[in-house]
Amino acid sequence: MQGLYAVFRKELCDHFSSYRFVILFAVIAMVSFITSYVVGIHMRQNLEALSNTKFPFLMLFSTTGTLFSMVQFVAFFGPLIGLVLGFDSINRERAHGTLIKLISQPIYRDAVINGKFLAGVVTISIMLLSIVLVITGFGLAIVGVVPGIEEIWRLTVYLVISIFYVSLWLGVSILFSILFRSIATSALASVALWIFLSFFVSLGADVVANTVAPVNQQNAANPEAVLRNTRIKESVGLCSPMVLYSRATATIIDPMRKTNRAIVLMGPMEELLASRFQNPLPLSQSLIVVFPHTTALIAITLICFAISYTVFMMQEIRT
Amino acid sequence: MDNGKIIETVGLTKRYGPQTAVDHLSFQVEDGEIFGFLGPNGAGKSTTLLMLLGLSRPTEGSARVCGLDPIRKAREVKRLVGYLPENVGFYGDMDAVQSLEYVAGLSGISRANLGDKIERLLDLVGLKAEARKKVGAYSRGTRQRLGFAEVLIKDPKVLFLDEPTLGLDPDGALRLIELIHSLNRDHNITVVLSSHNLYQVQKISHRVGIMIKGKMVAEGSMEKLAQDKFGVGDKEYSLEEIYMKYFQEV
Repeated sequence: MQGLYAVFRKELCDHFSSYRFVILFAVIAMVSFITSYVVGIHMRQNLEALSNTKFPFLMLFSTTGTLFSMVQFVAFFGPLIGLVLGFDSINRERAHGTLIKLISQPIYRDAVINGKFLAGVVTISIMLLSIVLVITGFGLAIVGVVPGIEEIWRLTVYLVISIFYVSLWLGVSILFSILFRSIATSALASVALWIFLSFFVSLGADVVANTVAPVNQQNAANPEAVLRNTRIKESVGLCSPMVLYSRATATIIDPMRKTNRAIVLMGPMEELLASRFQNPLPLSQSLIVVFPHTTALIAITLICFAISYTVFMMQEIRT
Repeated sequence: MDNGKIIETVGLTKRYGPQTAVDHLSFQVEDGEIFGFLGPNGAGKSTTLLMLLGLSRPTEGSARVCGLDPIRKAREVKRLVGYLPENVGFYGDMDAVQSLEYVAGLSGISRANLGDKIERLLDLVGLKAEARKKVGAYSRGTRQRLGFAEVLIKDPKVLFLDEPTLGLDPDGALRLIELIHSLNRDHNITVVLSSHNLYQVQKISHRVGIMIKGKMVAEGSMEKLAQDKFGVGDKEYSLEEIYMKYFQEV
């Protein structure tokens, strides 16, 4: 444990004292301030609508300001935090000749990778918690709305899912820093994978769905054809961690959402019932709705770290 | 430890694909001796040291360091062995004290009296005046001295020194060699000294091993090697001449 603690402590110090962390934190803090300010002003101007909702506080995070909401911001740019924190974690040690020095100390070899990952996760947690607290504080000051217990719980769940989501990208970047000796290559590979999985998978999902189950003029009115096309699109889209995260958090942060599906087929009676009982979902029900997405996200994060761990442990260390 | 032997290898082999880096290496190092580990670049010296530290898994054969199997008891072996690699790296944004504190933390050394110990070590390697200077601003020689202090912080029983005087000026190299000698003499620390500077090795080593193309082609005291090759004791021949004779033959 002493090795793990020493590596963890040093990495944490490095993260908090590095320029890249300061710059990243400044950018994120700035965006958080602006987003929360714009959203707060928007909510203050629409106080009447606000009085109808049961969870006004959560709207601070889910309402789109001039550009995007807090939730969308983390979904799009949160991975950058993970990538920036990990893309050079192992290959920099190797290039500077410090890796051999580290592992020749009386520590288990996995203390190095565990300490680095743990320090990254703690940094991510502190960063995300700070953002949530900044928006909360701003919300309290501008709108004057106090969060309820359920809102606090929902924010906590949102925070946990977000930490796993960003940690997934930390794991990816650490994996590339083990696989590639060049720091530039690992940075490039990490960013390329982020762009591919975050932006191109959605496009690919459209292409696959339209190829396998095309919706054209002949079958556009056929609900089964449309449903099949949408299901394929949704299933392929789940390959993207961003889609998984967005679906998991959207339902948590917006209690009025009752499903993650884009299309829900309802009969006239179901439709009538749904329109008459427009109550928010309790947190426990929301958790059940997002359970598959959350579990998948956590599993991918752990698998990614497990691959990094195995590759690092099996890699031959040369002087 | 088996019969006073601090290091013992039997048929130690390391292959990287079709290439054999270390080929059935068998040798011993006695407790309290300085063993000069010689050989040209790529002979397999560093690979052997890594295997002895448990950092690299042998393809065949076995080794024991201080009576322990370096693969099964890697952590215990690393606690007893201080290793200074050829190109030792440092964190440029740390100063010497922080570097030593970090290594002490990794080695599980208690923080009580750590300050005194660090001060003593910095004094020993002649770095006391530069203790608070960032390592990034150090010259190669100064870094090498800091590396030596880092190795000594855990009070090792054995030292693996891979080209410790590389990049040092003649005065610095001489002082380091004297320091190694005094650590061996006064504290009974066993030293495996890998170096291309044969004069330095000859000066302080009790025995030498010459490794060429992954094989130990000669092992013993200077007298024995000179006797084997030239039929006379080492008074007539320097280690350089003995080494060159073996090298040319192989």
